[in-house]
Amino acid sequence: MDSKILILRFPKTEVQKPVVCNLARKYDLTFNILNATIFPREEGLMVLELSGPRKKFKEGVLYLKDQGVNVKTASQDIKRIDKKCTHCGACTAVCPTGALYIQRPEMVVIFDQKKCSICELCIFACPTRAMKISPSAHTFF
Amino acid sequence: MRKLKVQKSYRDINDKIKSGDVVVVTAEEIIDIVKEEGPVEAARRVDVVTTGTFAPMCSSGAFINFGHATPTIKASKVWLNKVPAYAGIAAVDCYIGATEPCEDDPLNKVHPGTFNYGGGHVIQDLVAGKKVHLKVTAYGTDCYPNRMIEKEIAIRSIPNAVLCSPRNGYQNYNCAVNLTNKTKYTYMGILKPKAGNANYCSAGQLSPLFNDPYYKTIGLGTRIFLGGGVGYVTWAGTQHNPSVKRSPAGFPLRPAGTLWTMGNLKEMHPDWLVGVSILGYGCSLAVGLGVPIPILNEEIVQYTAVTDEELYTQVIDYGNDYPNGVSKSLGEVSYAELKSGFITLKDKTIRTVPLSSIVKARKVAETLKDWILKGEFTLGEPQFTLPAG
Repeated sequence: MDSKILILRFPKTEVQKPVVCNLARKYDLTFNILNATIFPREEGLMVLELSGPRKKFKEGVLYLKDQGVNVKTASQDIKRIDKKCTHCGACTAVCPTGALYIQRPEMVVIFDQKKCSICELCIFACPTRAMKISPSAHTFF
Repeated sequence: MRKLKVQKSYRDINDKIKSGDVVVVTAEEIIDIVKEEGPVEAARRVDVVTTGTFAPMCSSGAFINFGHATPTIKASKVWLNKVPAYAGIAAVDCYIGATEPCEDDPLNKVHPGTFNYGGGHVIQDLVAGKKVHLKVTAYGTDCYPNRMIEKEIAIRSIPNAVLCSPRNGYQNYNCAVNLTNKTKYTYMGILKPKAGNANYCSAGQLSPLFNDPYYKTIGLGTRIFLGGGVGYVTWAGTQHNPSVKRSPAGFPLRPAGTLWTMGNLKEMHPDWLVGVSILGYGCSLAVGLGVPIPILNEEIVQYTAVTDEELYTQVIDYGNDYPNGVSKSLGEVSYAELKSGFITLKDKTIRTVPLSSIVKARKVAETLKDWILKGEFTLGEPQFTLPAG
């Protein structure tokens, strides 16, 4: 089983196609949409968690690329500067996926990057600005 | 008044610190000791209980004397890294307040503002030894003819830098929710609509003033951990209000006592004075603060053994009530519930969000304990204790 959070960017010409639906029907992949936006110039952005057998997963991503969708892994995009984090917990108010959570009873704030949907809400919710959007996002495959 | 079985003086404890025989434990460690041995035995054995807290404390700031220039200047207006400092005191003194935003900050013009840099950040940068840009303007006098200076200063090169904060270490604080239909950006953090989360800000059983609820040992001259260095309690903090409703055991159920604190900024550390940006609200300074409680008798040790289960606060609506000056309590919750991650309010389960770092509060208490055990830190006997109502 492969499970990854992907950022998909749809060009204006592709937003009308049922691409994600086909991922499930043709490639038997499970998806969970974490974020979806259509920008004023009609390009689309979607963040989704995709999981399925490794082979199907690869085929599915290739299908996306054939459709002109720009695919990036999301798991590297938000980082925490650990030295700046004071473990106050303010970020947990906004994190929608539970990627930022408090480990009890130690009351340590944990950042589980695998659960991060790159919503970016933590960036300005963090009082010490310990959360950063990392420029190191690389292309998938 | 019942007779106390254990009676120790500050001098007794300080002698033990000097001879290396002192017994010091943290406010968390004392809980089980009192539970197992009882308060009398615990008071005989333990000499000092250390407390700690680390959270944004908006009423913080520092007096800076940046030294004379040639020709001399009497500052009218002062900026440190573009953050205005108050200059209405003598020639080259100023006061930089934690919540002062950078002069060109867009504030809340696009709501919620991000407030990336302010007075708290200036203080952290100074303490970290970074160069800070100083700009001074003046109207010019016969004795101080200069009208403007601009230069880089660093904490090493200026004559004085003193942290002086009129309100720190609040004894208890509100738990904030938002009952409106829109997200609110408050000094209590981001509050989602319809009581989507409940934010609170106290170290609970580790918090300094919760461990000495009637200020029997805290007053002018109490030596403390402040910003990573040594500081003092110099007065009751502003808004010090000991007369709020208390639990039968004597612990306040609402915000109550506060501390006025002071210390040499030059001896402090940037890990314990951290500039913070509170979305939609403003800038502030997170301060590490720890007070050692001398165990003079069994009554005092009993107070220090307080647990999160016995400490309560009120849930307040910061959506409508608070901004309208209404202090209606929506319910009373314990710090044990708050720290568990969920509270129940009118049959609804609400996720809790802390704003006060327990990780760093523990580290303050541990550091203070370490200093005392090493004999580097002795207790300051207060000239008078804070008003207890």
